[in-house]
Amino acid sequence: MAVFAMPSLGADMEAGTLVEWMINPGDTVARGDVVAVVETQKGAIEIECFEEGIVETLNAEIGDTLAVGAPLATIRAPGEKVAPTAEPKPDVPPPTAPAPVPTAPAPTVVPQAGETPLASPAARVLAAERGIDLAALTGTGPGGAVLLADVESAPFEKAPVKSSAKPGLDMAAMRTAIANAMARSKREIPHYYLSQTIDLQAATDWLAATNATRTPDTRLLMGALFVKATALAASQVPQMNGHYNGEGFHPAKSVHAGVAVALRGGGLVAPALHDAETLPLNTLMTQMRDLVARARSGRLRSSEMTDGTITVSAMGDTGADAMAAVIYPPQVAIVGFGAPVTRPWIIGDTIAQRMTVTVTLSADHRVSDGRRGAKFLAALDAALQTPEAL
Amino acid sequence: MTDADIRKAFLEELTQVAPDIEPDDVGDDDHLQDDLELDSMDFLNLVTALHQRLGVDIPESEYPKIATLALAVVYLKGRIS
Repeated sequence: MAVFAMPSLGADMEAGTLVEWMINPGDTVARGDVVAVVETQKGAIEIECFEEGIVETLNAEIGDTLAVGAPLATIRAPGEKVAPTAEPKPDVPPPTAPAPVPTAPAPTVVPQAGETPLASPAARVLAAERGIDLAALTGTGPGGAVLLADVESAPFEKAPVKSSAKPGLDMAAMRTAIANAMARSKREIPHYYLSQTIDLQAATDWLAATNATRTPDTRLLMGALFVKATALAASQVPQMNGHYNGEGFHPAKSVHAGVAVALRGGGLVAPALHDAETLPLNTLMTQMRDLVARARSGRLRSSEMTDGTITVSAMGDTGADAMAAVIYPPQVAIVGFGAPVTRPWIIGDTIAQRMTVTVTLSADHRVSDGRRGAKFLAALDAALQTPEAL
Repeated sequence: MTDADIRKAFLEELTQVAPDIEPDDVGDDDHLQDDLELDSMDFLNLVTALHQRLGVDIPESEYPKIATLALAVVYLKGRIS
């Protein structure tokens, strides 16, 4: 019997709020199935299952805010017998935070047994939202417990207005998450930075010629070439690709390229494109389009939030010449692409006008040094010189 | 299609691509990328949507001709007729 627990969806996550179950007891689940949707500071995330088997129990209710590691469900492995007695209570002490004020990011308050009335978690959340005193209600549940329906039918003053600009994305909360992750990065990771200006004319010409023959739905963006070239370089220089944790550096076998997506209103997420080094460019572009769309709508998957092994951040068509980015822990490198710009360029003994881009590698000095970093940038440069091979 | 039809279609597709932009907030001369902060992916999605809705395939070299609402209405009208 496996306990399926609230996953950590990033270095900065402490808790998440369950907003939807996609499974019921008795359902068969496989690894990678989306089993629940959890609201986090980074928006609503689809939680994927790491087990396979049959759902035995659901241990959390819609509206519960649960700490990372808190049990969500139990899953019986295939062939495992049904437990003869009631499942032992998962060995996680219930949170006993005394704060009764429903501020947005605070973990749900599960009151200490005693004076507070019995009520289901969902009922508590709704009551808190509507400013209803649970003690004033008559519960219809077991032992007089207040159920969600009891709260729903209770009269209440006008619901407090949420500050969130749109469902699933609370920019203030996201800003806090970014602040925590970036502060941790700068506190713990000794960054070093290397920049290289790369001749982008071959890639620019190839992209223009390719896109001229395509309808808009199949066109490529330079950003896709940047991601693929970065992934190829990362696969050649393993010290840039992986995670650093308490036991040191763990190089990754594949390159899951985090793609930094800026959200209007001040948010930023970097979901991962899995196995980017192996994806044909057209496939990579299609997946990137899907990823960006879901980042904007606040519907990313848990694996996309946690699997990134290196991040790519690109300024776009216009903007600053260069970007020295901050590494996203537990990763060990991030690659910042400035806006491509036409510059005078020396080829042989003549000066030519070429499209160029300045690429800046920020890397973790605990894992690599400047020589490795330079090798990485050289590999990236080389990949962009043969765009047709990307 | 009248100018008003094209304008409506453009604004609908724009706000579909960028749901956090209100149609009323889009000025005739607002630059889609500099003022409304569309990135290259948003812009490509808009071009794709206009192709599907109006049948106008805008080549990359002509992207500057739809850089603002006012420019786009003139350009799309010319391409449709």
